[in-house]
Amino acid sequence: MSRYAAMFERLNGECAFGAFLMLGDPDLETSARLLDAVVEGGADMVEVGIPFSDPVADGPVIQTAAQRALAAGVRVGDCFDLIRSFRDRHPDVPVGILTYANIVVARTGFMHDAAEAGADSLLIADVPALEVEPFARAMEQAGIEPVLIAAANTPEPTLQRIAGVSKAYTYCVSRAGITGTHAGGEFDTGLVQRLTKFGAPPPVFGFGISKPEHVRAAMAAGAKGVICGSVIVDSAARGEDVSELVRSLKGATRNDSATK
Amino acid sequence: MRLDGRFGRFGGCYVPEILVPALEQLEAAFLDARDDPAFAAELNGLLANYAGRPTPLTRCRNLPGNIYLKREDLLHGGAHKTNQVLGQGLLAKRMGKTRLIAETGAGQHGVATAIVGALLGFETVVYMGAEDVERQKLNVFRMQLMGARVVPVESGGRTLKDAINEALRDWSASFETTHYLLGTAAGPHPFPTMVREFQRVIGREARAQMIEQLGRLPDAVVACVGGGSNAIGLFADFIDDPVRLIGVEAAGRGLDCEQHGATLLRGTRGILHGAETYVLQDDEGQIADTWSVSAGLDYPAVGPEHAHLKDSGRGDYVGCTDAEALAAFKALAESEGIICAFESAHALAHALKLAEVQPDSAILVGLSGRGDKDVSQAQALLA
Repeated sequence: MSRYAAMFERLNGECAFGAFLMLGDPDLETSARLLDAVVEGGADMVEVGIPFSDPVADGPVIQTAAQRALAAGVRVGDCFDLIRSFRDRHPDVPVGILTYANIVVARTGFMHDAAEAGADSLLIADVPALEVEPFARAMEQAGIEPVLIAAANTPEPTLQRIAGVSKAYTYCVSRAGITGTHAGGEFDTGLVQRLTKFGAPPPVFGFGISKPEHVRAAMAAGAKGVICGSVIVDSAARGEDVSELVRSLKGATRNDSATK
Repeated sequence: MRLDGRFGRFGGCYVPEILVPALEQLEAAFLDARDDPAFAAELNGLLANYAGRPTPLTRCRNLPGNIYLKREDLLHGGAHKTNQVLGQGLLAKRMGKTRLIAETGAGQHGVATAIVGALLGFETVVYMGAEDVERQKLNVFRMQLMGARVVPVESGGRTLKDAINEALRDWSASFETTHYLLGTAAGPHPFPTMVREFQRVIGREARAQMIEQLGRLPDAVVACVGGGSNAIGLFADFIDDPVRLIGVEAAGRGLDCEQHGATLLRGTRGILHGAETYVLQDDEGQIADTWSVSAGLDYPAVGPEHAHLKDSGRGDYVGCTDAEALAAFKALAESEGIICAFESAHALAHALKLAEVQPDSAILVGLSGRGDKDVSQAQALLA
């Protein structure tokens, strides 16, 4: 069983909490420490960015994080090393990579190296379902689970393809926009229903989740997991206690199930 | 999508999933408009009576060789950009959009978008690298004068590629009311195809004018290539003819240093701004900083159709340095009384080289824009 499947089984219906961090931000040592800190705070899965110079799907917080990592001289191989050492310390926590197409195609054997480092899934932010086929094939050959984004405006035939290709989870974006810039907390229940109809893997909501009430709203819309990115990256950059932040956000997943 | 959006292996539609429906809507509107005589009539009316088409074909009287200039510098707005913003502006109307966003480098495409925004009644927002806002104050004011809002982009290298990133980010949140009026024949499908079709008028006119004036086709067609819209517009109607197609890239301070914008000559295959194409990048896929004396050629990717024309061998791509372009800029002013854009001077510089070895060859040069925007920079450089 894949680490994601095992995690969802272990959670037994409780909402999974995913913490996003940019690898190498602001440097390799701090980055490794932050990965541990989010797990200590209760993250069930970790989503990691491999920095790209031109991240068009990201808002200012994640862009700046990528720039900090690149300015520190972080290379793709360093990112795989960070994943590898994280994997040694946390054998069961699923790790998903989020990056951009040009980073993937520039490195021969990207998928293989990612799998070998211990990553479980890969989401390429600028590869939509329309272009995903060769990438998904390479991921499956390497033993990496593809993750696709399903948006509220994605038409049904495309949702059906996404449901078929996505393996670890389905990354749901319920409102238009880029990372970290939403008012937050507005989720479309219809999206989960449509995905469920097509047999998609568990819906995990991202984009615009920065407060416990957003987590609860996502769960009310049918989320089986949430991913928080900008709020955690921003908090880390301010030198705050990231474990504590994750604890409060993860806490919201339990509060809800307790009061149901 | 109804078309496949590929040129050989290049092109495609590499954008976040959220933008795919907006691009599908745009493709559908473009294909429907193409079959609608009322759309063609309105566009052709604007091109003729507002923008000033057809533009003249001028045979150089004093420069050596046998050089013909296709005078897009005489188009309203001062460059070929106006052709396609009128087309996209009418499409945006057709789709019921009320707001236009655009990226701009030196400001030419921003000015063109501001023109169409004012003419057709759109709210217009132009993203421009903060560095370029500083360097191109006059164009910033021109845009503002026509009612556009100019947003300085502080991210990345604060130039054209960062302005495109920011426009794409805006569009990800605003596509329901907003059309992204991309400025060149690059980016995700359907932009490369659509922009080529709206710029095709350059080559269609030039081909007929060559036959009328010279009695035959030119031997070579030469155009500068940044994103590549004026070149593809000039080349499109010559693709099936026995005519050399030559694209001239910015060799900046020299192809052997890193300060150039010669994507096809020095780049490698990659994916940027929605398309698979040639890209100036490092060994890990991080996008490189580029350089050219002309801001319009200072871009690390290139339209995917040019990538295909290069790989298939149909197009020849060469470089021209800042210094060569500047010399051609000066020569054209002195010999013919025409002050052209620095971008266009790259094409002319190569034509002059060709004319030296083949004085009898008829060479058609795309004079893509006028040089008013470059005059103060030229003054400093030629002093």
